[in-house]
Amino acid sequence: MYKIVRKKQLAENVNEYVIEAPLAALRAEPGQFVILRVDSEGERVPFTIADYDPDKGTVTILVQTVGATTELLSRLDAGDSVADFVGPLGNPTDLTKYDKVLLVGGGIGGAVIHPQAKLLNKIGKPADVVLGARTKSLLLYMDEMSRYAARLYPMTDDGSYGEKGFVTDAVAQLIKEHAYDAVLAVGPLPMMQAVAEVTRPAAIKTIVSMNSVMVDGTGMCGCCRVTVGGERKYACVDGPEFDGHLINFKEARMRQGFYREQEKEHYCRIRGEIKNG
Amino acid sequence: MVSPRNVPPFADSETRKRNFEEVNKGFDAETAVSEASRCLQCKNPRCRQGCPVGVNIPAFVNEIKNRNFEKAREIITADNNLPSICGRVCPQETQCESQCVLSRLGSVAIGALERFAGDYVLGGKSVALPEKLGLKAAVVGAGPAGLSAAADLLKYGFDVTVYEAFHIAGGVLSYGIPEFRLPKRIVRAEIDSLKAMGAEIVTNAVIGKSYTLDDLKDKFDYIFLGTGAGLPVFMNIPGEGLNGVSSANEFLTRVNLMKAMLPDSITPVQRGKNVVVVGAGNVAMDAARTAMRLGADKVTVVYRRSRDEMPARKEEIEHAEEEGIRFMLLTSPVEVLGKDKVEGLKVIKMRLTEPDEKNRRRPVPIENSEFEIECDQVIMALGTSPNPILKRSAPDLETDAKGVIKVDENGLTSVDRVYAGGDAATGAATVILAMSAGKRAAAAIYAAATKK
Repeated sequence: MYKIVRKKQLAENVNEYVIEAPLAALRAEPGQFVILRVDSEGERVPFTIADYDPDKGTVTILVQTVGATTELLSRLDAGDSVADFVGPLGNPTDLTKYDKVLLVGGGIGGAVIHPQAKLLNKIGKPADVVLGARTKSLLLYMDEMSRYAARLYPMTDDGSYGEKGFVTDAVAQLIKEHAYDAVLAVGPLPMMQAVAEVTRPAAIKTIVSMNSVMVDGTGMCGCCRVTVGGERKYACVDGPEFDGHLINFKEARMRQGFYREQEKEHYCRIRGEIKNG
Repeated sequence: MVSPRNVPPFADSETRKRNFEEVNKGFDAETAVSEASRCLQCKNPRCRQGCPVGVNIPAFVNEIKNRNFEKAREIITADNNLPSICGRVCPQETQCESQCVLSRLGSVAIGALERFAGDYVLGGKSVALPEKLGLKAAVVGAGPAGLSAAADLLKYGFDVTVYEAFHIAGGVLSYGIPEFRLPKRIVRAEIDSLKAMGAEIVTNAVIGKSYTLDDLKDKFDYIFLGTGAGLPVFMNIPGEGLNGVSSANEFLTRVNLMKAMLPDSITPVQRGKNVVVVGAGNVAMDAARTAMRLGADKVTVVYRRSRDEMPARKEEIEHAEEEGIRFMLLTSPVEVLGKDKVEGLKVIKMRLTEPDEKNRRRPVPIENSEFEIECDQVIMALGTSPNPILKRSAPDLETDAKGVIKVDENGLTSVDRVYAGGDAATGAATVILAMSAGKRAAAAIYAAATKK
């Protein structure tokens, strides 16, 4: 069992969990993910590592309540435990070799760029950061990012905070004004695809994080396969982060919906249980 | 005159094809004794040579004949740590039983007898362990190779820690082989007995990620790598990325390990109505029969060679046929059809060439013979390539071009104190070969440790 040390609500339906998992924390690096099961009947669901502390043996994840497993997680509090927690999985992405990096986080994607922002700040190459969300209350890690970023550009769809518009609007403007060596964009697939299209004409190295459907996360089941530059890659062992200019986003968007109907049905059943019980 | 070979009862095919109960019901004590009495107790038992781990078959069969069932089990476990499992999944018809002197009249049902003896004391009685050597061994991967190595290392007196990436131990025995062929209670019993012997099993531990091989070398005196098979093979044909195409590994793991067959399971699995399985090995049979049990109306196995070349066990092929699985032989997929999800499969007819110098007949496509078959799910059961995780964290560990770990005849890798066995060191093979590799490596580790 893996104990939840701390739980904090960051926005509506978004919780941050700090989980005691020494084996996962030991060698965690930015860009990697974990897989957890809530209970002994649970499914295996991947979550990107939002922060880690090898000394304390903890890993931080951000969970947006969108389905059955995340609904069950949302009912757990500090002091409770999850049945299984395995990681770090996938490959880290090393942005420290670049001098000037632009980090772009959409919605929950802020969790993934957070450890990168922290690390780049620590080594004295703070990144520019664009954070986007539908509305102000959904902007995640604003305090942390304002500490770590060289410049922070919050964007909201409704203009309730920062600039009104999409993250792509900010990215299009920023790449005109600054010379970036690399862009890391993390968020929903349409957002990452849009960012990759904005940076493509300028040929700026653009990395995106694929949150594919997975079972084992160790290169066994093959359901996380993505096509990158015409080649089949596995998000779990070859990724999860890939060159955004080479990803077949059309296929990736289709594959993300593979089990959507069954997942929806199960989510509804679980929600139904709340009403009944 | 030798009586005819006894056949264990099988679940009725019309009923069993919709449930996950074990198909083969096994011998009862009377049938086991009767079958054991058929053995001629050859002076030069060829069956034993046919066994990859050299189980003393005539001796254990004789004990069954004399109703000393526990003793029979002990004789088996001197050479084979997992009798209940091997009795079920070993291809006895090409191993021990194929060598039986009675083969023309019906070989002694050695597999069924092994299973009977194994199940008689499920998981086995606790064995007396020798004095501890004061040496620590790590086993990476809790599948057949790792479990077997761990059991023997314990018996030699090592302290043993087993690391498993999944949340449950067992490897392919847990995620791959379906319940109807190998009930998970059998696997659990074997793992529990290993724990009772003192093995520490650490689940959710991915070696190569949490710990590197170098970390393990610092913490342990000896290491055995039984990391098993890895990435599923796909065909590289158009449409393989469509929803509705999965590997057999994914499909079977969702069902066997994650219990997606249960109505209230939180893990989803596709339940196609018209399912095509590509490939004809045991995994393909498992996938096809599982698809039928999940409610398919029609399941078709598509295979590019002919019936004679099908790699699956004969019994599995027959059971699949009894359950209504169809076979489309000398046929190979060229494209998965569909817009967003699978709507059909375009295939081409194949023919076999004349045998080459190795007596192998290659399948070649027959020009302009393409046709389309309707289906809503395609499962690729084409084998696997080795898992890359460990290798990527251990550049010193030599592998062949495919990533199979190189070992010598004792299982020693290119890295000092590190041994390997099973699919990770041989490419995809059988449970018994993996087990025997685990045994061999454990013996080599003990020899190396006591020589110093």
